[in-house]
Amino acid sequence: MEIIENEKKYDVVIVGSGAGGGMATKILSEAGLKVAVIEAGPYFDPANPAQQTQLKWPHESPRRGAGTTRAFGEFDMAYGGWEIEGEPYNQVGDSQFDWFRSRMLGGRTNHWGRISLRFGPRDFKGKDRDGLGENWPISYEDVKPYYDKVDKLIGVFGSKEGMYNEPDGFFLPAPKPRLHELYYKKGAEKSGVKVMPSRLSILTKRINNERGICFYCNQCSRSCSVYGDFSAGSCLIFPAQKSGGQVDLYVNSMVREVTVNDEGKATGVLYINKEDRKEYRITGKVVVLAASACSTARILLNSKSPQHPNGLGNSSNMVGKYVHDSTGSDRMAFVPEMMNRKRYNEDGVGGMHLYSPWWLDNKKLDFPRGYHIEVWGGLGMPSYGTGFDPNSLNKHLGLKVGGYGNGLREDVKKFYGSVMGMSGRGESIASVNNYCEIDPTTVDEFGIPVLRFNYSWSDHERKQARHMHETFEEIIHNMGGVVLGDKPGADKDYGLLNPGRIIHEVGTTRMGSNPKTSVVNEFEQLHDVDNVFVVDAGPFVSQADKNPTWTIMALSWRTSEFIIEELKKQNI
Amino acid sequence: MNRRDSIRSLFLGSMAGGLALESCISASEETINEKIWEYQYGRTPEEAARDEKLLATQYFENTEINVITRLASLILPPTTDGTIEDAGVPKFIEFMAKDFPGLQTPIRGGIMWLDNHANRHFDNDFINITEDQQHEILDQIAYPESKGEQKQEVKFFSLMRNLVMTGYFTSAVGIKELGYKGNQPNVWDGVPEDVLKDHGMSYDASWMPKFVDQSKRNDMAEWDEEGNLLS
Repeated sequence: MEIIENEKKYDVVIVGSGAGGGMATKILSEAGLKVAVIEAGPYFDPANPAQQTQLKWPHESPRRGAGTTRAFGEFDMAYGGWEIEGEPYNQVGDSQFDWFRSRMLGGRTNHWGRISLRFGPRDFKGKDRDGLGENWPISYEDVKPYYDKVDKLIGVFGSKEGMYNEPDGFFLPAPKPRLHELYYKKGAEKSGVKVMPSRLSILTKRINNERGICFYCNQCSRSCSVYGDFSAGSCLIFPAQKSGGQVDLYVNSMVREVTVNDEGKATGVLYINKEDRKEYRITGKVVVLAASACSTARILLNSKSPQHPNGLGNSSNMVGKYVHDSTGSDRMAFVPEMMNRKRYNEDGVGGMHLYSPWWLDNKKLDFPRGYHIEVWGGLGMPSYGTGFDPNSLNKHLGLKVGGYGNGLREDVKKFYGSVMGMSGRGESIASVNNYCEIDPTTVDEFGIPVLRFNYSWSDHERKQARHMHETFEEIIHNMGGVVLGDKPGADKDYGLLNPGRIIHEVGTTRMGSNPKTSVVNEFEQLHDVDNVFVVDAGPFVSQADKNPTWTIMALSWRTSEFIIEELKKQNI
Repeated sequence: MNRRDSIRSLFLGSMAGGLALESCISASEETINEKIWEYQYGRTPEEAARDEKLLATQYFENTEINVITRLASLILPPTTDGTIEDAGVPKFIEFMAKDFPGLQTPIRGGIMWLDNHANRHFDNDFINITEDQQHEILDQIAYPESKGEQKQEVKFFSLMRNLVMTGYFTSAVGIKELGYKGNQPNVWDGVPEDVLKDHGMSYDASWMPKFVDQSKRNDMAEWDEEGNLLS
């Protein structure tokens, strides 16, 4: 098949348009560089009425919101999911790694929880504390100026708390908690669990004249049509285009590999246009990979050449190694005092108004690192599943379960808003034994070899999950609630969800100063090839118990500034 | 009545106040093949094409749809708040059977079980026996055991009850009856005072400065160098 050459020469070719690629697009294009952004999915703008799901009712759909084609319900703004037709991935042995991919402009930033936490000083130096994993080669002080800039550019609400490892930033004011959150606060504080306003990238106050302010519909997972929440398209790529930057978007374009010249330097990428299924070459002085930790690893491993026979940037054999996701486990509670609630509009912002950061000292615990607790519940919009087992909670009241007739209407109304939940999201320890690699036996529909995963949790993570459930049960008890479901035992890994499920997978191209044990340097530059950078979560040495997005963007900004300087100096 | 009293009262009397049941099988059930494309809510072209395909086919026979409709109105008899027809429940169940093909055999088989059972005990199909006789059958399958294996007819009824309840409470009339007030632009400024009081809750005075002052939400955010919000 003939490769179609793109005549245009770019300064930078960016693969992927999510948090990392979006930030690189904005910073690099605003510095006057000519940028090509290659995105595997279609164009997406949350303000486009044809694509908008925000403010739609369940009855506008024949399936009432069921998740047949979208894993988190059909109004969720992620084109893709755990499985994508024509784009398989495989497992090694008993591994069960679940890989969530969004194929669209902005990627997974269109539907994420907007939880925007800075890594703290301790999070960059985990090994110093417990001897496990590896330290980052950089510290909080290196990243802090970029976190500050991200806060001011994108907007994040929160509160100044003065906690050492939960650094304060430039916050917009926080929304007041909802009723179930006040119950949680009461119960958690009784157990000595710190509770504070959450930190979400949602505009509770005006930050510029291009973006609207939150109007409290609770639907950030549908991507905001007034750009009141952060998505990479609405907050980074569109503004970059509007400010006159030279940004060319190539959508529905699946990158196969990074191309190199005789000296082994990158010259651009090869991609398959999904519409005509033909192969294209696009060239640039610098290649920035931001396809997501695992997709970037896949591209690097598939980029084999005489100069890089083991894949690009992989002389260390470390590409794909150390993949790790947050730990996660959830529990639900029935709070009888919240039955027969008075009705009012309790939508609020998308996600929780308060949460608990990690609050304990590991010296007294049998597991390393920590977890934070997210809270959910409230008088939410009904969707497919509302009314299932309409009166199963009656068993806690000594009343009959099951039956038929109009008593069921009263049951559903009685219990509406009386169930809430908690989710623990914690730090796992990165391990060289957990990895993704190319599966030589399988290709996707574009003929590109796919990934297979090898991943198992250790007792560090299992014990953390056990501790989560002990905490949840105590808090629920303090709230006057009834714990729902049985406490998961050792046979169920104490309720620890499959790796990948929390969608915080990081670490596949980890950062380090030693080229033998790491893939990129502290500026996310490949040790092996100086004009290739990775700005997604691949370079993360450890993932803390923090959601990765804010750190992806801070590092992408830092790396972009480095690229600009290096180009100026003609070093790359 | 305060919260605790109202909770206690639940343990006292029965909650259910069933209204008189009317026959509610509509004479002119619309045929699904005649349906126009009525759903517009941000589908991708692939999703829209898939839905159009599903909507252009009919899975259940009309006689089966009649049983589903009858069963749905026994599960949720009509009230002035809304009926299962107002809520589009039969149409929703027909669609879900095509959307989740795993539902097809349990529902079709469950309908057969209802007819077999009605014929054996009352000499007629389920749809044609009296309402008391229909109740007699449902009484045997509407109360799952609290533990262990459930018989298929009990599982079938639980499945139908789930679909009927969710179909109703995701409809316009169901959402109105439930009392959900959101899905519209508004300004959240905390739990209403009377609700806080009723639950013995309040906002900590020490937390108040952290919260958004909604009268200044439109003022451009400005901070000092320490990150203190100035505007």
